[in-house]
Amino acid sequence: MKRHYDAIHHVRGESIYVDDVAPPQGMLHAVVVGSPVAKAKILKLDVSAALSLDGVSHVLTHTDIPGDNQIGAILPDEELLAMEHVAYIGHPVAVVIARDFETARLAAKLVTIELETQRPIVDPREAFEAGELIVPARTFAMGDVEQGFASADVIVEGTCEIAGQEHLYLETQRARATPQEGDRLTVCTSSQSPYAVQKAVACILKLPLHKVEVDVRRLGGGFGGKEDQATAWACIAALGARISGKPVQIVLNRVDDLQMTGKRHPYSADFKLGLMRDGTLVSYDAKLYQNSGARADLSTAVLERSLFHATNSYRIPHVKVMAACCRTNLQPHTAFRGFGGPQAMFVIESAIAKAAEQLGMTREEIQRKNMLVDGDVFHYGQTIERAQGETCWEDAMQGFEFEGLKQEVRAFNARKGRLRKGISVMPVCFGISFTKKFLNQAGALLHVYGDGSVSLSTGGVEMGQGVNSKLRDIAAQALGIRSDRVFLEATNTTRVANMSPSAASATTDLNGNATLNAVEQLLERLLGMVAQKMGVHPERLSMQDDLVMMDGQPTDWSWPRVATEAYLNRVDLSAHGFYATPDLDFDLETEKGRPFAYHVWGTAITTVTVDCLRGTYTMDRVRLTHDLGRPINPLVDLGQIEGGLAQGIGWMTLEELAYNQDGRLLSSALSTYKAPDGDFLPEVDIRWIQSDNPTGPYGSKAVGEPPLMYGIGAWFALRDAIKGFDERCEVPFHSPMTPERVLLALCSVETSDVPSPEGN
Amino acid sequence: MSIEFILNAQHITLQQDVPAGRLTLDWLRDHQRLTGTKEGCKEGDCGACSVMVGDEVDGKVIYQPVTSCLMPVGELHGRHLITIEGLNLPAQDLNPVQQAMVDRGGSQCGYCTPGFIVSMCWYLMQGEDEAPTQRGFEQATSGNLCRCTGYGSIWRASQDLATAFGPGGEFHELWSAPDRIHALIEHGLLPGYLGQIGARLQAIPALPASTRQSADFVIAGGTDLYVQRGEEIPGAQEVEVLNRRPDMSYINVSGSQVAVGGLTTFETFARDPQIQAMIPSIMHDMELIASLPIRNRATIAGNLINASPIGDMTALMLALGSRVVFQDLSGGNTRRTLALDELYLGYKQLAKKPDELVAELQFDAIQDDEVVSFEKVSKRRCLDIATVNSAARLRVDSDGKILEARLAVGGVAAIPLFLKQTSAWLVGETISAATLHGMIKRASQEISPISDVRGSARYKSLLARQLLLAHFEKCFPELTDLSRVLGPQFAAEVTP
Repeated sequence: MKRHYDAIHHVRGESIYVDDVAPPQGMLHAVVVGSPVAKAKILKLDVSAALSLDGVSHVLTHTDIPGDNQIGAILPDEELLAMEHVAYIGHPVAVVIARDFETARLAAKLVTIELETQRPIVDPREAFEAGELIVPARTFAMGDVEQGFASADVIVEGTCEIAGQEHLYLETQRARATPQEGDRLTVCTSSQSPYAVQKAVACILKLPLHKVEVDVRRLGGGFGGKEDQATAWACIAALGARISGKPVQIVLNRVDDLQMTGKRHPYSADFKLGLMRDGTLVSYDAKLYQNSGARADLSTAVLERSLFHATNSYRIPHVKVMAACCRTNLQPHTAFRGFGGPQAMFVIESAIAKAAEQLGMTREEIQRKNMLVDGDVFHYGQTIERAQGETCWEDAMQGFEFEGLKQEVRAFNARKGRLRKGISVMPVCFGISFTKKFLNQAGALLHVYGDGSVSLSTGGVEMGQGVNSKLRDIAAQALGIRSDRVFLEATNTTRVANMSPSAASATTDLNGNATLNAVEQLLERLLGMVAQKMGVHPERLSMQDDLVMMDGQPTDWSWPRVATEAYLNRVDLSAHGFYATPDLDFDLETEKGRPFAYHVWGTAITTVTVDCLRGTYTMDRVRLTHDLGRPINPLVDLGQIEGGLAQGIGWMTLEELAYNQDGRLLSSALSTYKAPDGDFLPEVDIRWIQSDNPTGPYGSKAVGEPPLMYGIGAWFALRDAIKGFDERCEVPFHSPMTPERVLLALCSVETSDVPSPEGN
Repeated sequence: MSIEFILNAQHITLQQDVPAGRLTLDWLRDHQRLTGTKEGCKEGDCGACSVMVGDEVDGKVIYQPVTSCLMPVGELHGRHLITIEGLNLPAQDLNPVQQAMVDRGGSQCGYCTPGFIVSMCWYLMQGEDEAPTQRGFEQATSGNLCRCTGYGSIWRASQDLATAFGPGGEFHELWSAPDRIHALIEHGLLPGYLGQIGARLQAIPALPASTRQSADFVIAGGTDLYVQRGEEIPGAQEVEVLNRRPDMSYINVSGSQVAVGGLTTFETFARDPQIQAMIPSIMHDMELIASLPIRNRATIAGNLINASPIGDMTALMLALGSRVVFQDLSGGNTRRTLALDELYLGYKQLAKKPDELVAELQFDAIQDDEVVSFEKVSKRRCLDIATVNSAARLRVDSDGKILEARLAVGGVAAIPLFLKQTSAWLVGETISAATLHGMIKRASQEISPISDVRGSARYKSLLARQLLLAHFEKCFPELTDLSRVLGPQFAAEVTP
């Protein structure tokens, strides 16, 4: 039975995370001293008191960095330890290295920083006005929006304020670095991007890449939050190990993790949408102001995906989308499942909601009418092939009897009283591939041992998404052997070089195809050997169910026998596979091309109930149809759909990053930042359609990110319920839709004879 | 003075080099290298560090799931501590909970998984339902957060277990066996060592009563103390761990008086049949108040003395009209009694001497013609701190005339607020739109919320109003016409 194979160890508490490995004798612990203010010039840093504390070995500042104090992955704008300026609260300034975590924390409090404080910027529009852009703004355009608006019957305009989101991986950021002989070192880290860690450590320590070994067994959750943001902590451990000569471990506590690491980008946006009276979309003009935080991190790539997904699943002939990375004094915001797509989709969905009201139509009439089909062209120039948007939509509508559900909601609301129900439909179209073409490559190293057991190393990082389970199934299926013969090694830069991050939903696609390539080479060699022994043509042979088959019939060549014979006959039992996604191209001059190998499609129907007295709500049910291609491991895929949806709902409803004007994150603990618990989440019904996908291994499709965007439906279902209470209720397009926002919206229609709660 | 207890199958004796205030979580991971227990938040909000603690009672061992990040090792004397490792069967066999979670894909990144397994195993071992249900597993895992799965697969695993151990299921006779743990062991579904724990605990001598006259820290449940001062307590030398004093955990109802020992936990309070008879909604209210592992630790006295303006039990106790009985820590018999609403002087300022402990809470027994109502709104319904909470104790005659009223609201002032004027005004009024108008108006003059991370001042004001109305809407629906107070949208339900 196909499973999430890692789970067997998880449930026994035996799975190993970075700090579960028994610490080497004398290992030291690092704690970071972060900036107490959001923007300042550093005047003086005094570490003497910390240094004199018993048990403290070193207090490191930027002057201790032997190489280049630079960890920016895309743009070189991020120092590992601040030199002259701090740009957000929690910005790492110094590192205490001590014999234990408690001592290091105590000492960290003794480091004093003299600062010349400046007024921080926390609002992206203010940053935009001030010209604080990380890179020049970009615009994707198709057709002529002005001409489009001139021909439209109706034009709606509005503004969105879209909140960020904390990743809340249960395992906080952590790394352990161990000095090896010479100046070599090994870094065990909880990173989605071992190569990024390798490069940054090499840069900081002025080493060639081959001197830095990065090893990742697994992550206790990543969700994008450890794609780029695991790097700093790994570098700090490495720096500590280099300077102290001892193993150094850093484990952020939850509060530090929340304060110091970046999140999903908040966006502020303006939209203008023109439609014909029948709901046909004509022209769309949007401006997206991304709150990038203080440093580039992955913001420019995130912004690019916002541009790509600005029109979600809809055909709009005239499109112009401007997007800007606005530099503010918050944590450098970063990758998070969806990677800019969700924010852009929220904007177009808001525009459609507003247009529907103006036209006296439903949202879903407009959504359906403009659904993309084969042959349509995205505003970035890619022509749509194998569109599944209509198929998923119709499957959801029919399979879940949408009209009946809608009737139920309306009938329920007609009864009045305290409760109202709401319903929404949310289609999703999400492009698969890294939008940086060069990242669409992967390597796999396959060893077969003399007993037939198989070791597979790839660039894929297991972070719960089940990539190791899928790769094991892919390798086993391709080799024609039992899947328990295949063992997935930790991801390690000495086994697979130059790996891309495990991100963009593409990890199984890329590493699975590289694995298939390795298997192909290996089988050619091994079956060639068997063919020679048997005196037959190799093309007559294949592997199936642990046996060599000839013309489809079993032979007495078992897989272990093949392996043993190969070894004895000096046939290479190892293979390195490689894959580069074909036919990708994007021209940054024209902002046109074919950036995606394919798209993933789906439609979700969300129903909710609002308690209009208390302003509280329940997520009743999400019914969705999702396009999985031909799934490799349906149990894993189901988990990705449900988990992604849960995060999307959380982002749109409960999860509130509260900052004050000083740029301080107020919701900096799990007591104040609320992610969904089991009670909160809805029942979920999933139908999936199977479709052809020539790119994915065995026709499978990427599944990690797209389901998150179904969560946007929760916001619009709540809006529908509020409007069902009183259609005059003002519901600004602000997220998250917390119980506070719901109650304020419900009370926005109160007349003066309702007693004011605010006293007189 | 050494601390003796059993960790999984192993007898442990801790000498004084391990301070009593050290957290069980840290001790497990750092000293014992039992790394299946994970740190996720260190404030009892995620459940990744869940363990079970067992106490021997009349030869049986009664376990509770708790978060080890809030439990001092000093509290372990004479008890059994089970971690995820202690639930593993020999070889690589999986126990039924583990197997169900694997089969259903209930574990993805795995970091929260041991905590879920512990909570679910606890329910399997000691859940009190007549037959296991998915809902029972959900309640047992109410303190466990998972960021990967969206919980669907965990509920499917729970349903599988409920089926297997429910009526007609493969293992149903085990659930209803007189000694379920023993039966599970016999079927090879739990490790065998669990069968001898009761006898082994009996052999551990009780600790002599503490003679400590003062302490750096006095820890009861620790559920808030460790969150606030978690970096100081573990290293402190003089730590008084109270939670093992059975003489301070009790509920006595004698005549018209209810006396609740200061160390009574939320869960003990809510599970008491006499309390349930007086406050029928109490178990439901508890779902909003805290997760099971926290309810197993948090004490009523701790909630009162923490003096948080949004303490849930504090609001309830204010509405009940509780009186606090203080006792000197020095052990003298000097006792004094204070009305709870006189305890709070200002933000976290108490009419209490440093050495005084809350020995007991007292309130008048709730009579048949009285209702008690608790309301709470937080960002997340469960496992969250209130934005605003409110409790009411009302006596209303058959004509709707209010004979007695006590209303409390939390989160709208620097202190947990008893609405003194509003409550007094309500007495003698008859429930009507005008009365509710009057209540809201007066309440608005008593509250003074501020904007903070839990909500804006305006929101809290609105919420206080809504929750006060909610008491009436819930308890006296036929007398409460919200459409005449808030607007026509609230017109009484029309049956189609």
